[in-house]
Amino acid sequence: MATRKSAAAAKSNVSAEELKSYYRDMLLIRRFEEKAGQLYGMGLIGGFCHLYIGQEAVVVGLEAAAEEGDKRVTSYRDHGHMLACGMDPDGVMAELTGREGGYSKGKGGSMHMFSKEKHFYGGHGIVGAQVPIGAGLAFADKYLDNSRVTFAYFGDGAANQGQVYETFNMAALWKLPVVFVIENNQYAMGTSQQRSTSSPDIYKRGEAFGIPGQMVDGMDVLAVKEAGETAVAHCRSGKGPYILEVKTYRYRGHSMSDPAKYRTRDEVQKMREERDAIERVRHMLIDGGHASEDDLKAIDKEIKDIVNKSADFAKDSPEPDVSELWTDIYASEVPQGEAAEA
Amino acid sequence: MATEVLMPALSPTMEEGTLAKWLVKEGDKVSSGDILAEIETDKATMEFEAVDEGVVGKILIEAGTEGVKVNTPIAVMVEEGEEVGDVPAPTSEPEAKDEAPKTEEKTEKAPAEAKASGGSASGAEQVHSQAGPDWPEGTELRQQTVREALRDAMAEEMRRDGNVYLMGEEVAEYQGAYKVSQGLLDEFGAKRVIDTPITEHGFAGIAVGAAFGGLRPIVEFMTFNFAMQAIDQIINSAAKTLYMSGGQMGAPMVFRGPNGAAARVGAQHSQDYAAWYSAIPGLKVAMPYSASDAKGLLKSAIRDPNPVIFLENEIMYGKSFDVPVMEDFTVPFGKARIWREGSDVTIVSFGIGMTYALEAADRLAEEGISAEVIDLRTLRPIDYDTLIASVRKTNRCVTVEEGFPVGSIGNHLSAYIMQNAFDYLDAPVINCTGKDVPMPYAANLEKLALVTTDEVVAAVKQVTYR
Repeated sequence: MATRKSAAAAKSNVSAEELKSYYRDMLLIRRFEEKAGQLYGMGLIGGFCHLYIGQEAVVVGLEAAAEEGDKRVTSYRDHGHMLACGMDPDGVMAELTGREGGYSKGKGGSMHMFSKEKHFYGGHGIVGAQVPIGAGLAFADKYLDNSRVTFAYFGDGAANQGQVYETFNMAALWKLPVVFVIENNQYAMGTSQQRSTSSPDIYKRGEAFGIPGQMVDGMDVLAVKEAGETAVAHCRSGKGPYILEVKTYRYRGHSMSDPAKYRTRDEVQKMREERDAIERVRHMLIDGGHASEDDLKAIDKEIKDIVNKSADFAKDSPEPDVSELWTDIYASEVPQGEAAEA
Repeated sequence: MATEVLMPALSPTMEEGTLAKWLVKEGDKVSSGDILAEIETDKATMEFEAVDEGVVGKILIEAGTEGVKVNTPIAVMVEEGEEVGDVPAPTSEPEAKDEAPKTEEKTEKAPAEAKASGGSASGAEQVHSQAGPDWPEGTELRQQTVREALRDAMAEEMRRDGNVYLMGEEVAEYQGAYKVSQGLLDEFGAKRVIDTPITEHGFAGIAVGAAFGGLRPIVEFMTFNFAMQAIDQIINSAAKTLYMSGGQMGAPMVFRGPNGAAARVGAQHSQDYAAWYSAIPGLKVAMPYSASDAKGLLKSAIRDPNPVIFLENEIMYGKSFDVPVMEDFTVPFGKARIWREGSDVTIVSFGIGMTYALEAADRLAEEGISAEVIDLRTLRPIDYDTLIASVRKTNRCVTVEEGFPVGSIGNHLSAYIMQNAFDYLDAPVINCTGKDVPMPYAANLEKLALVTTDEVVAAVKQVTYR
């Protein structure tokens, strides 16, 4: 089991290559989301589109703590989670444009994508519904005795849903290997945490169920990784669930159609300038002599190319064949190989 | 003064029971709260306590007597000092077992018998459906209750596939609130027969996640009324994921439990959800009537790679039917069963509605009206072919269900028949349904709120212009 370390100490345990990969992964999410925002503005993406800009360190830090075969499930703000677990940006962007090449053949959209291969179980549009589902994935892993861990992500808004506490109770009772990751971006759509949540420390809500938890600085990818390792070790050792409340911030509106009048521009600007997770790693790389400006420019260029390619793919991929309207309503055989594999 | 002790009703649906054992004998002094006897219902053995103090004057029903109807005098209590001989003879005779409700004895007709009762299909298309049961001729049959059939179906499938497990409230140590899961904990252990807290939304969601993760959960709702707490997970998560994922993953699982009205349990415990779930693409819905269908359909449901809503009925749990003794008996989804062939009218129903449909057909036969009775058995998919073939033959149709009238299964069938057999209809289709009211508690009002055999008979007479 990982021991508790300060973020500062943890930094020394991370190699330059790892640090660069976190930088790269976070930058991919940010540039991808910026591109998605552009395509939305051009009318190529419709409906709801919830961008992850600002929260990148959360998923990148936790993926760094995950092992092959671990599972993840999240809400509708899911693009970052998919990119962080290695899903193809082309397939994600093409799903946003509702095209055949999308992960769900264009039938799921921004909020509903899945990848059996990458153990990503959605993409759920009903606030809080993914929490028992995540515990259920962990239930299956425990039943199959395969020592995998599930990350169940939800926001500070979902933290007020009743089914979250129903799930806490059963997850603790049955010692399910699930990390409950509360991405506290401080606004449940337009309602601040202060106006919606009776006690400020959401991670402490596990105490009533005997679930340990901790608060984590979600703008520090290394702190997230370290906390993730603690949580994963706890779960994998059979001790049951663990709660991480990761304090983060979304720079953009709740969705593309949110004018964000509930907070000041200054508040957002201050976060961007003083706390930005990507800038923090950038400084660590430069200041620590791990990378030169040119090295980072090369990474920027690589990311830009990936994102542009995904946008081209998403524009060029045809709309799904009309026959797809009537497919995938019923399975004729079990559509997953995991039971057989286990 | 002597007081009669009456056979108690120990559950909302109990009509009779077995007086298993007397724990007192004539002449014994008892106090309030002393256990007088053990009474077996179809669900459990219950202890029956004395309400007042006194002396057991006379035992009227011997230990071991089966089929003792509720409210039958079973003993006489006297006051202390009062002679047993002073006790007057009981005012009412204990009813004998052979007067048990008629429905208890209803068994499935053999194919030959069913065919024999049918009329001729003069000039109409041939009925492309089976008229008899789903087993080969000559198969050994045994009487089984719907409850036992459901349990056997789960046990057989759990033996067959280690990833099938059962979870729900009181399914394990209590042996099932309605004793459907009796014995499963003993055979399969606590890993696979799991008592949940009372938390429908949560455990339904956990089961959906477990299904995504490769297991084959059976979720028992103590009743489907409580599943309204969980309906978001059933519909948004279980039913839609296969489509939303472009076919990558879905939820192979069964949600089962009693649905519809039991007896005298009031508005919040008496709703029939057949039409609700049948409205959802991505779900399959079964609602069996007989024990053999309960068994065969549940086995198919557990094997099905889709989420299945399996609607049972508390009143039906104790009813007995012929069930084939077969190694692996399954009933396919989407195949109706013709219980009775007829030529004058098609009565189509499912689940407990079949009770009214078959009773009505018996009564109509006495009046010379030949009714064809179809049990849809599954409501998603629906066997439209059998229904339409029958309507083309009889030219008249009455639908029967206990659910609410607006947006009912009957409404849907009427529209389908209108669009696909309009020219064959000699009368408008009539939907016999429950009434458009929340379920009342009062016994007389409850009876009125449900569909009745009289209403089915009247509807048939209306469509046949008799």
